[in-house]
Amino acid sequence: MHEDPSPSDETSLGYPSELLAADQSYESVTETIASVVLTKPQPRVWFFGFAIAFSLLMVFLFAVSYLLLRGVGIWGINIPVAWGFAIVNFVWWIGIGHAGTFISAILLLLFQQWRTAINRFSEAMTLFAVACAGTFPLLHLGRPWVFFWILPYPDTMGVWPQFRSPLVWDVFAVSTYFTVSLLFWFLGLLPDLATMRDRAVNRPQRLFYGILALGWRGSAVHWQRHQSAYLLLAGLAAPLVLSVHSVVSFDFAVAIVPGWHSTIFPPYFVAGAIYSGFAMVLNIVIPVRKIYKLESVLPMRYLNNMANVMLATGIMVAYGYFIEAFMAWYSGDIYDRFMMFNRAFGPYGWVFGLLMLCNVIVPQALWSKRVRRNTASLFIVALFINVGMWLERFVIVITSLHRDFSPSAWSMYYPTIWDWATLMGSIGLFLSLLFLFIRLMPMISISEVRELVAEPWKRKARA
Amino acid sequence: MRTGLYGLVAEFERHEDLLKAAREACRAGYRRMDAFAPFPVQGLPEALGRKRSRMPALFLAGGILGGTGAYFMEWYANVVSYPLNIGGRPFHSWPSFIPITFELTVLGAALAGFFSCLALNGLPRLHHPIFGVPGFERASVDRFFLCIETADPKFHPVGTRRFLETLHPFRIAEAQA
Repeated sequence: MHEDPSPSDETSLGYPSELLAADQSYESVTETIASVVLTKPQPRVWFFGFAIAFSLLMVFLFAVSYLLLRGVGIWGINIPVAWGFAIVNFVWWIGIGHAGTFISAILLLLFQQWRTAINRFSEAMTLFAVACAGTFPLLHLGRPWVFFWILPYPDTMGVWPQFRSPLVWDVFAVSTYFTVSLLFWFLGLLPDLATMRDRAVNRPQRLFYGILALGWRGSAVHWQRHQSAYLLLAGLAAPLVLSVHSVVSFDFAVAIVPGWHSTIFPPYFVAGAIYSGFAMVLNIVIPVRKIYKLESVLPMRYLNNMANVMLATGIMVAYGYFIEAFMAWYSGDIYDRFMMFNRAFGPYGWVFGLLMLCNVIVPQALWSKRVRRNTASLFIVALFINVGMWLERFVIVITSLHRDFSPSAWSMYYPTIWDWATLMGSIGLFLSLLFLFIRLMPMISISEVRELVAEPWKRKARA
Repeated sequence: MRTGLYGLVAEFERHEDLLKAAREACRAGYRRMDAFAPFPVQGLPEALGRKRSRMPALFLAGGILGGTGAYFMEWYANVVSYPLNIGGRPFHSWPSFIPITFELTVLGAALAGFFSCLALNGLPRLHHPIFGVPGFERASVDRFFLCIETADPKFHPVGTRRFLETLHPFRIAEAQA
């Protein structure tokens, strides 16, 4: 893979001094991004990839239909491990859904201009990942068709949700996160939808983008409100993104199960979420960049920045593992000590070993600039991290539950074919939505790239 | 009332020219005008004589409404309407009400901000006279437009056109109402 041609473009802290090539114009960046959707024939690999994703989606629908028919007994869950794959997958997906808002909101507030190239894409990824995440707790309810019982509404039974339960907090956290992410994404997309409408080459395109663009005409006054609202939404989304995985971690930390009842959970979960989110962004952006030849708007150094974020959050996650083990020992609590021993050397010890390999050992390769600046090696490391983060949630959920206080209640958990079908199927749902997004929407914010073209001073990153 | 004409539109190739033109027009006393650009041009609303937007206040109002509404809902549900003893904890366990209060504060602010942004901009809207201007489809790509509306008290079909010509636009067109 190609090395960055001019490493001397960087400032002393490693930021690029220019974010876009000097010869880019409004027209050229618009064409590069819009033509992928409007005029260029889709590459064969798109159809191939969509076929696989859609087949997996069918597996998902099949598995869910069978679940609705037979109930959660088709899964491997039982007492004591009542939270099987459903919760593992939920936490994994919601974690993946963190990079989008992190990239969009926090990097926007920090004036990191390189976010422009990936924010739209990772926001879409966030929405789809949260959609996947949201299905699992609902399916895990056993009777998903009465899911609305968890919502506060004056029902005829005279019953209200129990607001002291973290599981109810979760409903609000996840649905708020999804809604705010959707609004943020759509607001950013609005001016680009107008561009798509104006460049449409046939009537169906004009109608489709015209309706979605809501009549946007680029008025200076509209832009002023739009920019103000966008920035404020970013400001709201920044604490929100930190709160969502904190609330998810309360599902565990508020319980008294050894291995869950720990104050490190919120920050450790948030770091892990950003870690896996960036890994997923890289796993998707690297092939897309190659297939659609987006190297000019998505230069190698952006990937390098993402790798740096992964390295940093990976170290925080590793610190979390260390502190968990240390506190188990230091607390002197017999159950905590046993939990840690059982986690590392018990029947699921091999999962723990794999977790350490994927999440702690392999990512250390990112210290090397050669690994960070090579798309193939970066892709592989990101893949390891995605698998590792899934294993982490497996370790937290299953090894904590399967042997808790009373040995008479100990038991093993084995996933069934339906557990695997639902997990793989949810990946199909995610990828299908992603393929459709690539096909239908400009995957990079055109108006923001235009700003970079217009104001060269903005291209200078802060040293 | 001049029927048929909505305004005169000058087209520019660079955003700096549009900015300068907007300032000139403002100085010449025009107020009912608007500028159109493919990206937010810094200082353009001020150049048109517009004040700062009210968006922050609307976000704040939505946030306050969401937060107080959430806390009230939790209090009413768990203290008044359906008190439930959970491990002997007080009915009004305020610390456990905070996460949802936070989430709904953010949700209220975001919904209020998003929808008031659309509403104040008058969107969605099916048609606008400016879309009839030839070449306006490039306003979302690489052209910049200044429109002085006939509704402006200083508007004059010939005088305003003369004035726009002094700004050296790429071209001048009429927007039909």
